[in-house]
Amino acid sequence: MKRIQMAHGGGGRLMQQLLREHVAAVFGEPVMHHDGAVLVGAMADGELVMTTDASVVTPLFFPGGDLGKLAVYGAVNDLAVTGARPVALSLALVLEEGLPLETLDRLLASVKAAADEVGVSVVTGDTKVVERGGCDRIYAATTGIGRRLPGVRIDARRVREGDRVLLSGDIGRHGVAVLSAREGLSFGGAVESDCAPLWGPALDLLTAVPSAPFLRDCTRGGVAAVLHELARAAGVSVSVEEASVPVSEPVRGACAILGLDPMSLACEGRFLAVVPPAHVDAALAALSEHSQCPGAAVVGTIGAADPGGAVWLTTAFGQERPLDYPSGEHLPRIC
Amino acid sequence: MRYVDEFRDPAAAGRLADRIRATVTRPWTLMEVCGGQTHAIVRFGIDRLLPEGVSLLHGPGCPVCVTPVGIIDQALALAARPGITLCSFGDMLRVPGTSGDLIAARTVGADVRVVWSPLDALAVARASPERQVVFFAVGFETTAPAVAMAVHRAAAEGLENLSFLVAHVLVPPALAAIAGARPRAVDGFLAAGHVCAIMGVDEYRPLAERYRVPIVVTGFEPLDLLQGMLQCLQQLEGGRAEVENAFARTARDDGNAAARAMIERVFEVVPRAWRGLGTLPDSGLGLRPAYAHLDAVERFDLAGIQGREDPRCRAGDVLQGQLLPTDCPEFDRACSPDRPLGAPMVSAEGACAAWHRFRRHT
Repeated sequence: MKRIQMAHGGGGRLMQQLLREHVAAVFGEPVMHHDGAVLVGAMADGELVMTTDASVVTPLFFPGGDLGKLAVYGAVNDLAVTGARPVALSLALVLEEGLPLETLDRLLASVKAAADEVGVSVVTGDTKVVERGGCDRIYAATTGIGRRLPGVRIDARRVREGDRVLLSGDIGRHGVAVLSAREGLSFGGAVESDCAPLWGPALDLLTAVPSAPFLRDCTRGGVAAVLHELARAAGVSVSVEEASVPVSEPVRGACAILGLDPMSLACEGRFLAVVPPAHVDAALAALSEHSQCPGAAVVGTIGAADPGGAVWLTTAFGQERPLDYPSGEHLPRIC
Repeated sequence: MRYVDEFRDPAAAGRLADRIRATVTRPWTLMEVCGGQTHAIVRFGIDRLLPEGVSLLHGPGCPVCVTPVGIIDQALALAARPGITLCSFGDMLRVPGTSGDLIAARTVGADVRVVWSPLDALAVARASPERQVVFFAVGFETTAPAVAMAVHRAAAEGLENLSFLVAHVLVPPALAAIAGARPRAVDGFLAAGHVCAIMGVDEYRPLAERYRVPIVVTGFEPLDLLQGMLQCLQQLEGGRAEVENAFARTARDDGNAAARAMIERVFEVVPRAWRGLGTLPDSGLGLRPAYAHLDAVERFDLAGIQGREDPRCRAGDVLQGQLLPTDCPEFDRACSPDRPLGAPMVSAEGACAAWHRFRRHT
């Protein structure tokens, strides 16, 4: 089996060979002529948005996705939720000495397929190799440039009391999929990651409701973290109805068994949106066209001004309690 | 989802709450023994469905919480030694020892691994023959069978690089300590359904008789909890003190014979120190002499390590139901999940953690 050697990152012939045979073969030759890409027409009108994203995941391949998809969607989704159409991506890779080239090829093919799906090009990149043990197989960093839709202004401070909170689909699948794959757990059928590009749904939602003040993809920390960030940034309280939060059956089962809260599980293809109450139906209709928005639903309401930004959850029993701001670690419990 | 949805039905919960209201004629105090029940009660707001006068106290049923600081310190000492891999259930990692916790130990190079099952420790030991692997065996009767199985297999395989730091505790002695206290703060107990699924409902009958206290074996979903409370209150109102089973879909009179046999084979009943409660006689499980060679305390000479609990932490009072977490002067002040003074604030099942997560603003 061919593997990554230190010389593949050494700037010499082996590196050129790697780039030519494995990277340019996927993304096309012109990429390699300069370290900088020229984006023709990108500045012609409107505003540019730039984002960057580092991707690490164990295992590299998991049900429903892999590191390559995460790297592309991570940047694309960050652009999408600022209302920006993805224009170009860069891709930087840190490779561990000994990584099978076949693994690299599979991931690069996945990057290409994911970028094609969104209609964005990987226009530049970089590759480094570190000694065995210096990193965990492969790390990816993507930078994305996008052009913001005219008239759209995503800004938490624009949310108003009475605005409704929407989720673009059922939550927590990515967290359970990766955890199950990593720990060898099974929950009555594989849970597939929700990882998906959000530009399509974001575009349709913002076209239907250009006044939507807030959009954010729910990644690490899950919906709970996004709700807390929203409440604090906007200086409002937010109330969520637990029963209306879409959670698929296998995810609920996994959470019940492992003592996890779906609200704090990672997603990689879901966003939370705030829309004025009059536009709720239009927003849901816009999302209903998209396969990456199963079970999109209204889950809550923006409350009164609150500098502390409290987030409240109403349980199915009608009891209101604070929603926990996840600490960032999931430690499996004893029993 | 079967076995969950039907036990979370709000309408049925409302009907049970109505029946409880119709049953109660005077104030009663119930204690749920298990930390999982504590969290469900606070998370779903079950206590708020109860009529005025029915109070709930949270018992010493969180295994993480009752593990004394001395044993945490022994685990920390093991983790700090080169060549040792410590395998633990996840929620032990953030429990503070006299200084630091296992997560902090990991950041300075300790090899601490979170495992989902005690049997995972065998796999770790087989895969790293050059290292000494220690499983941190914490828990009540619920986790004891799986730990016993791991011990038994380690002995059978002759795995020389695996040992066990055993801190197992038993529910009935703790329950007896609370039931026997004078004055007694608790009128009736909700026993932990999953513990009874292993050990059997019958184990509690002598307690109910001796202390003249109703004990209802209770599950973990909202309807389970309300049903357990209803039966307990019906007994109290009727002047009865019996053991009843409100979790019959899982718990049987004689428990799980195979699991009990495995516990019996590997463990013997020993005195055990509890956080905040001191040493209770016959309240823990220790390795039988036939398995003593797998005892990490012996193998690594840990017996001399004694911890010191933070004097500000009132875990003992909280664990005995004498103090509500929110009444602790340090709650959400010096003590929070990010800077805990004691285990009940960080364990997934700790009462202080439950109140911090679900009630702190109210």
